[in-house]
Amino acid sequence: MSVDFSTIVSAAPFLLTGLWFTIQITLVGVGGGIVLGSLLAVARLSRNRFISGLATAYVNVMRSIPLILVIFWIFFLVPWAIGWLVNGGRPVAVGATLTIFITFILFEAAYYAEIVRAGFRSISTGQYEACEALGLPKFHAYVYILFPQAIRNVLPILLTQTIILCQDTSPVYVISATDLLGAASKIAQRDGRLVEMYLTVGVVYFLFSYTASQFVKSLQSRLAYGGR
Amino acid sequence: MSLLFETTPDGASRYIDWILSGLAWTVSLAFGAWAISLVVGTMIGVARTLPGGIWPRLGRVYVEAFRNIPLLVQMFFWYFVLPELLPERLGLAIKQMDPPWSSFVPALVCLGLFTAARIAEQVRAGVQALPAGQSQAAAALGFGRVGLYRQILLPQAFRIILPTLTNEFMTIFKNTSVALTIGLVELTATAREINENTFRTFEAYGVVTLVYLVIALLAWSLMYWIERATQLPSLASGGGRK
Repeated sequence: MSVDFSTIVSAAPFLLTGLWFTIQITLVGVGGGIVLGSLLAVARLSRNRFISGLATAYVNVMRSIPLILVIFWIFFLVPWAIGWLVNGGRPVAVGATLTIFITFILFEAAYYAEIVRAGFRSISTGQYEACEALGLPKFHAYVYILFPQAIRNVLPILLTQTIILCQDTSPVYVISATDLLGAASKIAQRDGRLVEMYLTVGVVYFLFSYTASQFVKSLQSRLAYGGR
Repeated sequence: MSLLFETTPDGASRYIDWILSGLAWTVSLAFGAWAISLVVGTMIGVARTLPGGIWPRLGRVYVEAFRNIPLLVQMFFWYFVLPELLPERLGLAIKQMDPPWSSFVPALVCLGLFTAARIAEQVRAGVQALPAGQSQAAAALGFGRVGLYRQILLPQAFRIILPTLTNEFMTIFKNTSVALTIGLVELTATAREINENTFRTFEAYGVVTLVYLVIALLAWSLMYWIERATQLPSLASGGGRK
């Protein structure tokens, strides 16, 4: 077969829309995932057995099942759950975009929770005791004292997980969403240009992810020497 | 869970047979890919620790290429792109394999080589964690390079990296689900098929989710057992030398 990369040029605008959606999923996943993940990490440290048990179970279950299965679950559960809340039990049609955002927040939170928890464990217990001795309310102790240090200690791992998250967005293909890979596959199938499309997508992902991981590496060595 | 024992639309089997078949594909893909990734990953990892020359650089290129492209894109590469790039008769032969082998073989190669890159990084870290004195002592004792790695460095490196290997072993089971995109009816695809046939989504996805949880538990137990069985007093945490 002949390889013809001019097809990429005409497909570029559509591919860029896909790329933008990939970036959107990543941003939502990172933002929502870190917030929910931090809450889960704090919950796991709770002295209340029920709360910590629930958070642990959530994290372990999420980390044991494949992302694609989670996407299927959420795709089915969200319309049902929203319908149950506002529509008297009748499922509501929800677009793929919202489903995907919810999926990535819920899924990535489990992974971020483990990272943030490692951050909390890297802080000496003296600090927890000092906060208590100073009479700081728990909420303030976490927000002002513990969390900023925890995050700084695990920053490189947090960023690496974010690169993984960006790569992990590609399985949204299974519900026909138009992310970078989804856009490429739609054009590939329309024009019969699978080779050019998938190679291009591979190169784009590689450039993104390689640049980002080199940045994390340099940050890591700087933090290691830095005056913290 | 009565769903499991109801007859499928083709009348030939029950839904539990579908699930067992999906499970069999998931497990064979995971173990097959694990074997490939251990062999290739160890070779690449060792290459990356060699002193100078072309091998460490080639190893790095391999690792960067396979780690920075999403698994799903790699899956499409092996399934859609590679047969087109090969000489025509070879490509045609690959495309004309009988299903499910036409999906299983690309998925096996893809997942094996993908995981190999990750194992290579761990092997490299394990070897580099050992003090340089060991290589020097081995050289003084007359060990060649092969003997040095086979008898001294790798046995220790693997013990050091067992916990991270456990993680990788559990991940490979989850990653097998990506093979459904190229048409392999593994466990997750089975859940989707049962759902499409019965519209009993809760039960279909619920059963498969439980199966994945059991797999994760068993995979973890197996690795924990290996960790225990291969532990050396000198390398155990809290042991004598550190």
